[in-house]
Amino acid sequence: MITFVPREKVSKNWILIAPILSIVFTIFFGLLIFTFLGYNPIETLYQIFVSPFSRIDRISDILVKACPLIIIGTGLMLCFKSNVWNIGAEGQFIMGALLAGFIALSFPNIESKFFLLITLVTGFIGGALWAFIPAILKIKLNVNEILVSLMLVYVAMLFIDFIVRGPLRDPMSFGFPLSKPYPEGALINKIPFPGIGFLGQLHYGILFVVLLIPIAWIFVNKTLGGFKINVLGSAPQAAKFAGFSQNSITLTVLLLSGGLAGVAGVIEVSANIGQLQPEVSFGYGFTAIIVAFLGRLNPLGILFAGIIIATVKLGADNAQMTMGIPKVVTGLFEGILLFFLLTGETLQKYKIQWSERK
Amino acid sequence: MEALILTIIATSIPLLLAATGELIAEKSGVLNLGVEGMMLSGAVGALGAVLWLENPYYGIVAGALSGVLMASIFSIFTINFMTNQVATGLGLTIFATGLTGLAGAPLVGKTIPSLPKIEIFLLSDIPIFGSILFKQDFVAYLSIAIIIFISFFLKYSKSGIILRAVGDDHQSAHSVGYPVKKIRWYATCFGGLCAGIGGAYIPLVLTPHWSEGMTAGRGWIALALVVFASWIPWRIIVGALIFGGITIAQLVGQARGWPIPSQLLSMMPYIATIIALTMISGRLSKNNSVVPASLGKPFFGSQ
Repeated sequence: MITFVPREKVSKNWILIAPILSIVFTIFFGLLIFTFLGYNPIETLYQIFVSPFSRIDRISDILVKACPLIIIGTGLMLCFKSNVWNIGAEGQFIMGALLAGFIALSFPNIESKFFLLITLVTGFIGGALWAFIPAILKIKLNVNEILVSLMLVYVAMLFIDFIVRGPLRDPMSFGFPLSKPYPEGALINKIPFPGIGFLGQLHYGILFVVLLIPIAWIFVNKTLGGFKINVLGSAPQAAKFAGFSQNSITLTVLLLSGGLAGVAGVIEVSANIGQLQPEVSFGYGFTAIIVAFLGRLNPLGILFAGIIIATVKLGADNAQMTMGIPKVVTGLFEGILLFFLLTGETLQKYKIQWSERK
Repeated sequence: MEALILTIIATSIPLLLAATGELIAEKSGVLNLGVEGMMLSGAVGALGAVLWLENPYYGIVAGALSGVLMASIFSIFTINFMTNQVATGLGLTIFATGLTGLAGAPLVGKTIPSLPKIEIFLLSDIPIFGSILFKQDFVAYLSIAIIIFISFFLKYSKSGIILRAVGDDHQSAHSVGYPVKKIRWYATCFGGLCAGIGGAYIPLVLTPHWSEGMTAGRGWIALALVVFASWIPWRIIVGALIFGGITIAQLVGQARGWPIPSQLLSMMPYIATIIALTMISGRLSKNNSVVPASLGKPFFGSQ
């Protein structure tokens, strides 16, 4: 019979061991399921975890794929740290991309790259506005933010579909549901490397991640706002006594995470698509939830987690092409990974003890 | 008109079952956000079983078992390993989306026979009402039986009162000697059972073939229904019928060419969920006693 005994101190070792063990367990159980369903486990393992590293342009594609995951994950980190459950980042991503797309398409002749600042800010506002709905309902009427933010994902998906097939459809698109192409000023270019040329799809949007991670780290660890979020999440009673307003923290983290998801949406569309289409996200908003947890709700951790999860996503694409495995299987790995990560969190605070049944 | 009402009832049954199961889990203090995942598993389990055994009734059993299996995974982690219930529930839905995508891939393009209607002797001959109420399939009758059973169970049976006690104050229930963890395991698995049958109903009656993510958010709407019903079983029937009605209304609207874009019509069930939650939550925050007090909180005791 297993019992859990509280540790006197949170185990430092487990903070690092837990994610690594989780990944090992996840691979083990994932392969077990694959074998059970009749797929070749070694081949699957190779396609999902190794093939993304097989060529240099593929490695750069990992970074491209990790970019939105890290940006959204960083925002979600703030929410989850303060026990606010925003699971609608997918919708905030879409609305950010859509609002920025509307601005971009309103100025069809702009060439200056400074225009990108405007679209990025617009995207932030679009995402933040979408997150404002669950925020205000939560604060004013105590409506469950999990359900509202999730319902708004479906609404956002249908809304962009309507806009792209209706008002913003390009009359020259031969019946395809596509908007006009973005003007030059709203596009994020690929990074040219001297002597090499382009590395896959690697684009300047990655610079935003390079800026975001240190800013997020400083915000969480060195500012009063970050301190409040930490206290509210780990000791809500203490936060109450200290007079921290739960409502203003809820509002702040939802707006910031919505805004960041919106920015991720702008970067994704401006760098990789170049126009609006009915599907812009491919589940980044949901995957980023796993990224935030795998990263231990810590900006540096999220950077690595984003890269790991992006690898698996690309690997799953490869597995779909070569083995015909549907690419939703990434969900299988993400789910198991999350289970074990959360168990690791328990083991940080509790020791396992084997005892005879009474 | 009669056909319309029958479609509305059929649409509301998966919601009704899933919400009833979740209600029991929540009454015991377990918030399982994996309903969508359990329904998906029920759907794929039912499809697989019917294609294999060629009898729609095995689909119900397979759906129920798939739901219980998913609920057991959730229970191991949240109840025994004391993980965060919200995050684990999300994980379960993500996991099940992947698993069912994988398991459902070989089923794509195959169609299954639908669940037969059962006419109840004499009663089904009553004009109008007869064919609506007494010419339903097995699961429809079952879901009503479950609701009635649950209402009495929670209110009048000793086990039901213990279940509520565990959900309201697990510390006290534990000190009096009730096995909190065991009771939560049972309640969560019952939730999985109902969600699994609810999920199975989708291919068995509504759309007889597999498509990825075919539950389309019904599990999440079921979660909202529990709040909407303020944890009172019979109100789930009302809520489920309203949502069934809204879903069918938008389909009718699309078919009859209402001058509203189809996407905006499709948004209706989701927006209605938000509106319903908002209306109820305002009232609930003034009257907190209906919400199980230990809902979502892990129990750290030994049993």
